Amino acid sequence: MIKKPEKGMTIIVKTITRYTVGLILLYGIYIVLHGHLTPGGGFAGGVIIALSFIHLMLAFGKETALKKMSVKLSGILESLGAIIFVTVAIIGLVVSGFLFFNFLTGQKPNINSFFNLFSAGIIPLCNIAICLKVGAGLFGIFVALVFFEMEGKND
Amino acid sequence: MELQIILVFMIIGAITAVELKDLLGAVIAVGAVGLGTSIAFLFLQAPDLAIVQLVVEILSLIILIRAVGMKDEIVIPKEQQLISVFPVIIFIAIFMYFAVKALFEIPSFGSPLMKVAQRYLESGLNETGAANIVSAIILDYRALDTLGEATVLFTAVIGVLAVIREIGRIKQK
Repeated sequence: MIKKPEKGMTIIVKTITRYTVGLILLYGIYIVLHGHLTPGGGFAGGVIIALSFIHLMLAFGKETALKKMSVKLSGILESLGAIIFVTVAIIGLVVSGFLFFNFLTGQKPNINSFFNLFSAGIIPLCNIAICLKVGAGLFGIFVALVFFEMEGKND
Repeated sequence: MELQIILVFMIIGAITAVELKDLLGAVIAVGAVGLGTSIAFLFLQAPDLAIVQLVVEILSLIILIRAVGMKDEIVIPKEQQLISVFPVIIFIAIFMYFAVKALFEIPSFGSPLMKVAQRYLESGLNETGAANIVSAIILDYRALDTLGEATVLFTAVIGVLAVIREIGRIKQK
């Protein structure tokens, strides 16, 4: 099974994967969006989202997963995450003169918004940016390292 | 007490990983050590680190298992092993000397110096609005460090994709 990744695994693995891969993706999105309230955050959630696509790739083979998330799309998403993160930093610099200033809440956040999903200003935005960056980056590294064909190996 | 049991388990796993001749078994033992680290973080009340450690351990275990299945074993000749032992011993001796010097200076386990951290714990919620204090520190107080980390990851991805890209690779035929 390890030698031929293109074929995919047995029907047992495929059936279980079909039931669990959506739940794993949903759990990753939950971890990212609640990063400022519960343990977790952008890095952990991004790796969980990347693992859900890797799960799909290990069970169904390379082509099925690359149809949903190609290498080019993962590169674009990773760059998008980096651009969002730097943009948030530079908006803070322009508004107040400090890099990463929390320009949505200011110095004193509203006490009534504590423990709500929409609170903490730029922190959820940064979590989403880091999630895009880490998830797409690790998926790209996985595809490049595990599934690349080594030329001149068979002679 | 639970922490000591986990630590003994991790040490046994590490020795097993070094001593095993079978590469796949050694990789599984390394994975057991990583999962033990995750449980140790849970006992030390750091759930953020436990989640990250668990998830990254699974990803690296998958990559290592695929690498073991595909690549051949590289055997280092005996003479080369003997020559490389002496520099390793010298470097370990230098490292241990400075480590022992540094270990007498740090505060004892479980009672950290609370100079900056005390201020973060007291005013973190009121200044950032984030209920999770770890998020408040890494994305508000210390966000520049996180930008540096993101740059490191970006550079790693660019490096991997540049080494393994298909365009411009020399055909060996």
